[in-house]
Amino acid sequence: MGLLSDPNRRRALTNLLTRLNAPICVVCYLAGVMWFMGLAFEPFTLRTYMSENAMGSTMVEEHFPAGERALATGREFAAHKKKVGGMPVNWLVKTMESRGLEVFTQSFTRKLPFPDENKERYLVRGTNVYGILRAPRASRTEALVLTAPCSQGNANNQAVGLLLGLAQYFRSQVYWAKDIIFLVNEHDLIGMQAWLEGYHHTNTTGGDWSPLHGRGGSIQASLSLELSSDVITSLDLVLEGLNGQLPNLDLANLFHAFCQKIGVLCTIQGKLQRNDWESTSGYSHSAQTMMLMVLKQASGRPWGDHGLFLRYHIEAATIRGINSFRQYKTDTTTIGRLLEGMYRKLNNLLERLHQSYFFYLMPSLTRFVSIGYYMPAFGLLAVILLLRALDLWVQLGASAPGTEDGLAEREQDPRFLPLLNKLVISHMTGVALYCLPVMSQEMAVQHFPVSETEAVVLTAIAIYTAGLALPHNTHRLLQGEGTEHGWRVLKLVALLYLAVLLGCTALINFSLGFILALSLVPIAAFITPPLSAAIMVLLSPGCTLLYCVLIFQELQETPVSLQDGWMLFLSVISQGILDHSLYGSLVYPLLALLIYPCWLLLWNILFWK
Amino acid sequence: MAAFRSNIFMLAFFLCGFSVFVTGDFQEELVIKPLHSGDIYASFQFRTQWDTDFLLGISHYRLFPKSLGQVISKFSVRELHISFTQGYWRTMQWGQPFLPSPPGAELWVWFQDTVTDVDLAWKELTNVLSGIFCASLNFIDSTNTVQPSASFKPLGVGNVTDQRFLRYAVLPREIVCTENLTPWKKLLPCGSKAGLAVLMKSEKLFHSSFHSQALHIRPVCKDWQCKSTSWELRQTLNVVFDLHTSGQGKREWSLFKMFSRTLTEACPLASSSKVYVDITDNPQGELFELSPATPLVSQAVVLGDGRTYSVYDLTDHATFGQTHSLNVLLRWRAAEREMLRPLLHGERYVAGYGLQTGEIHTLVYNNHPYRAFPVLLLDTVPWYLRLYIHTLTVTSKGRDNKPSYIHYQPSKDRLQPHLLEMLIQLPPNSVTEVTVQFERALLKWTEYTPDPNHGFYVGSSVISALVPSVVAMDTNNTQERPLFSSFFPCKEESTYFMRIYTEPLLVNLPTPDFSMPYNVICLTCTVVAVGYGSLYNLLTRTFQVEEPSQGLAKRLANIIRRLRGVPLLT
Repeated sequence: MGLLSDPNRRRALTNLLTRLNAPICVVCYLAGVMWFMGLAFEPFTLRTYMSENAMGSTMVEEHFPAGERALATGREFAAHKKKVGGMPVNWLVKTMESRGLEVFTQSFTRKLPFPDENKERYLVRGTNVYGILRAPRASRTEALVLTAPCSQGNANNQAVGLLLGLAQYFRSQVYWAKDIIFLVNEHDLIGMQAWLEGYHHTNTTGGDWSPLHGRGGSIQASLSLELSSDVITSLDLVLEGLNGQLPNLDLANLFHAFCQKIGVLCTIQGKLQRNDWESTSGYSHSAQTMMLMVLKQASGRPWGDHGLFLRYHIEAATIRGINSFRQYKTDTTTIGRLLEGMYRKLNNLLERLHQSYFFYLMPSLTRFVSIGYYMPAFGLLAVILLLRALDLWVQLGASAPGTEDGLAEREQDPRFLPLLNKLVISHMTGVALYCLPVMSQEMAVQHFPVSETEAVVLTAIAIYTAGLALPHNTHRLLQGEGTEHGWRVLKLVALLYLAVLLGCTALINFSLGFILALSLVPIAAFITPPLSAAIMVLLSPGCTLLYCVLIFQELQETPVSLQDGWMLFLSVISQGILDHSLYGSLVYPLLALLIYPCWLLLWNILFWK
Repeated sequence: MAAFRSNIFMLAFFLCGFSVFVTGDFQEELVIKPLHSGDIYASFQFRTQWDTDFLLGISHYRLFPKSLGQVISKFSVRELHISFTQGYWRTMQWGQPFLPSPPGAELWVWFQDTVTDVDLAWKELTNVLSGIFCASLNFIDSTNTVQPSASFKPLGVGNVTDQRFLRYAVLPREIVCTENLTPWKKLLPCGSKAGLAVLMKSEKLFHSSFHSQALHIRPVCKDWQCKSTSWELRQTLNVVFDLHTSGQGKREWSLFKMFSRTLTEACPLASSSKVYVDITDNPQGELFELSPATPLVSQAVVLGDGRTYSVYDLTDHATFGQTHSLNVLLRWRAAEREMLRPLLHGERYVAGYGLQTGEIHTLVYNNHPYRAFPVLLLDTVPWYLRLYIHTLTVTSKGRDNKPSYIHYQPSKDRLQPHLLEMLIQLPPNSVTEVTVQFERALLKWTEYTPDPNHGFYVGSSVISALVPSVVAMDTNNTQERPLFSSFFPCKEESTYFMRIYTEPLLVNLPTPDFSMPYNVICLTCTVVAVGYGSLYNLLTRTFQVEEPSQGLAKRLANIIRRLRGVPLLT
C-alpha cells in the first residue's frame, strides 16, 4: 500500500491505469470469457468425491424385489386416475393405509394471476396425499421424503406405482432411523408448494391450503421421482432449484455412486458422460453440459418438483427416467433397488448433508467446478466496471481543479439533481414494468383481441420498449444536461450501481450474474454519447433473454426457427412472471426493478445532448 | 438331587414368603393390549412396597433394592420418577398408554422439606442415578432443569407442594438400550431369573416400535385408614411390537413371538403375579382368537373407560397346564386400521424457514363432543432459542383463548432455560394452537456439539389434564385393583388425570463451517491486517508533497533575515 500513500507513485499508477484502461478492460473481458470456457476442460476440473462419512464407507445392500408388482400398482393407479379424472385420493389413501402408513391429505386452492397457457390452468384445486412410515423407536424428529407427481394424462403412473411399492417394502424393514414420507402431489409444483408451506406453516406467496396434521420433524433430504415408462434406458439427475439454488453436491455423488454400483446409465442435463476429453468434440460436449446447467440455473426456476425444497434447507433432487431408442434397458426393480440404496444411505446420515459443496457447476456427473474456480471468471468481468469507474473518477477529478473556489462548488450542486431525476425515473419505469403487466391485464383484454397471458406478456414488452423513449421525453423537463461532466457523473454512478448489482447477484446465483455481466459489462464500459443505439438495444437484458432461449434450444439439440424462438421467448416471459408470483422466484423482480433501470441509466447517456 | 434342589427351593420360598408378610410386598403383572393397527402393546408392572422409614437409616434390605434405598435416605428424596424411552408413543394409532413418558430420559424429584440446598442434592442425585442406570443423567444441569409450579404435583401422600423442592429435567436426546435395561432388571427381587421378568430379553424388547422403562418411588398409604405410610417402588416397562416388521405374513401374536420365551412360573417372591389380556373390543371373539382360554375375567376402569380383561394367574399351577408353560396366543381375525380420535392429543412442530427466526406451534386437540376441560401446558425451551414471549398467542376455533394462569420464567444465557406453564381451557371439539416465535442464538464455538449440523433438541411439552371420563372412575383407593389402573390417584368420579407428551423438536442453529477454521482464520487476519488497516490509513490521512529540506546555510540566512525583518528566502 506504500504504492498508494506515496502521491508520486500514486499518480504514476493512475496515469498508467487511465492510459491503458481500454486495453486492460478488453484483456479482462476476454480473459473472463476464456476462463469460463476453460472450466469445462476436464484437466482443469476436479473429480467428484463423497465427502460425507456416514454415506461413504457404510455398506448397504439392496434387495427390493417387487418391480413388477409396483408396475401393476401403477397401472391400477392409472385406471383409477382415469376413472376419477384427476387424483384418485380415496384409492391412494386406502392403498397407503393397507401398506401400513399413516396417511394424511391436504387440499389446496390456487388462483393464478393470469392463465398459464403452457399447462392450461388458471384456478387450481387439488389434493396432496402423503403417507408417513414411522421409524421404529424414533421420536419424530427427522424425516426423509420421496415424492412422485400425479401428472395429467399418462405421465408418471409408473413413478407412483414404484413409490407405493417402495413404501410397502420399506415398511417391512427394521433399520429405519428417520421417518419416511411418501408424497403424491397433484398439479406438480403448485401442489408441492402447498405441501411444503403447509409442512413449515409459512405462506410466502398467498396460496390457500389446508393445514397438515401429520409431520415427521425436520426433513433431511428429499428425492422426487419422475417415471413414465415401464423400462428405461437412463436416469437423469436434475439439480437446479428455485433461484438457482443447488442441493449439496453429496446428493449428486450419492446418485452417481449407486448408478455405478447397480449399473444404470445416468446422465445430467440429459447428456451422457464421455471419456474423450482430449478431442474437440469431447470438450464441446462437456462445455454444452455445463452451459445447459448455467442457463437452467440462471433462469431461477425450479426444474423439477424438488426445486422448492431447497428454500427450506432440505437437500433435494429430481430423478427422471428416460426411455430412448438405446438397446440396453433397465427395469423397475433395478430403479427400486437404486432408490432403496440411496434411502438407506440417507437414513444413515447423522447430520444434515453439509460436508460437500453447495456452489458448483457440473460439466459431467463425475466432474465439478467449485465456487473457487468459477468466481474468477466473473471477477474478471466485474473488475472492468471498477476500472472504468476509476478512470472516470480520475477524469472527473482532473477537470475539477479549475473550479475549486466556493462559487464553482455551488454551481456543482444542481448537476446531481438531474442525476437523481434520472435515477428516479428509471426506477419508476422498472416499477411499472414489474407491476403493470399483471395489474392491467383486464383492461388490455377488453381493448385488444388477445388472451390474458398474451396481454400480460405484450404489456411487459410494451413497457420495456416504451422505456427506451424516455430520454427523448424527459430531457426537456430537466436542466443541467448536455455537459460533458454530466454524463460522466451519470456513467460513474451507473457503473458502480451495476457493479454492486452484479456482484450481489453472482454471489447468490452465479450463472445469472455471469450471463448479465457478459452482456451488460461491454456496453457499460464503453458507452459514450455517440455510441450506436443498435448495439445498446442488442445487448439489453430483454435481448439477452432471447439469445439465452435460442442458445438453450440449440444446446438441447432441439433448434428452433426464429419464429418459434419468438413464441418461446414470449412464453418464457409469462413463465417468469408466474414463477415469481407462484413460488417466489426472484429473477423477474431483479430484472424489472434493478437491472432494467440500471440499463436505462446507461441508455440515457446515449442520448445525452 | 432333584428332590434336594426342590427342597432348597421350597426353603427359599418359605423364607421369602415370610419376608413378604413381614416387611414388604411384591406384585408383578403384564398387560397385553391388542391394538387396532394390528400391533400389540405389552406393559409390565412391578410393585415393591415396604413399610419403613428410609430417613432413619436402615441397613437391612430384602425386597427393596438397596441401591435405591440408600439414594432415598442420603438425598432425602420424597418422590422420584425416572423414565427412559426410545420412540414416540403414537396416540393416533395406539390410544393412551398406561403410563406416559417423553422420548429420551425424564427425571423429576420431590425432595423432603428438610433439605436445605436442593440444587446441590439434585446435582449429586443425578450423578448417582446416572451411575445406577448407566445413563447420561449427569448431563442434567441448570440449563435443562426447571421447577414447574403446577404441572408436576406429588403423586404420593404428603402435603408439601412448595415447588422449591421439585426439580424436573428431560434429556430428549438420550438413547435407551440394553445397558440401561440390565441395571433396571437387577432392581427386581427376582432379577430376570423367574417370573414375568424372564420375558425381558433385550434382543426382542429393542426390536419394537416403542420401548419405555420407568421407575417411580413414592410414599403411599399403608392401609385404608392411611395412618402411616409405606414406600412404593413401581417399575414399569412398556413396549409395542410392530406387526409389519415381525410378521412374515402371519397375523398373530404370542408370548413366544414377542419375547422368544414363554412363562413357566411366577416370581417366588411375588404375592401376586398375573397376565392380563384386554378383550374389551372382542367379547365374542370376532376380532381375534385368544388361546389358551381362561375362565378368569376382570373388570377395571382404565383411563376413563371400563375395560374387560382375561386374567392368567401365574401363582396358580393350573394356568400352566400340561406343558408346564404358558404361551398366550392371539390370532387376528379382522383388521381395521382407522386412526383413533383420542380425547386429548397434542402435536408440536417448528414453523418457518431460514436460520434466523422460527415459530414453535403446539396444537392441543380436545376431541370430546360436548365437554370443555382445562389443561396445563408446560414448555421447557433451551436458552439458545430466544423466545419472543410477546408473540405468544393461544387460539381456539379461530378466537383468542386467554390462558387463566401463566407462569413464565425467562431464560438466562448459559444458565437456565425458558419455562412456560399455562392453564388453558379447551373448548369442546376443538384444536387449540399455541404459537410463540423465537430467535436462534449464535453459540460460542466451543458450545457446539460434535455434530452441530444434526441440530439441537428441544424437549417435549407436557400436557396434563383432568379429562372427562366415560364411566365413573373408581375413587376408592383402598380397594385392591390391578396395578396398571392404580397409578395416578383419582379424586373425582367424573374425571381422570392424564398426561401426554408432544414430540421433541430438532432445531438447526446457525452453524459455522468447522471444516475450514484455518482458512477462516487466515482470511480474517489478512483482511483485517492488510485491507482494513491500509484503507483506513488512506482514507483518514491527507497527503501533501513535502518540500525538500533546506540547506543549513539557507536556514541560517533565514534566521538572520527574520531578525532583520526582511522577507525570507524560499
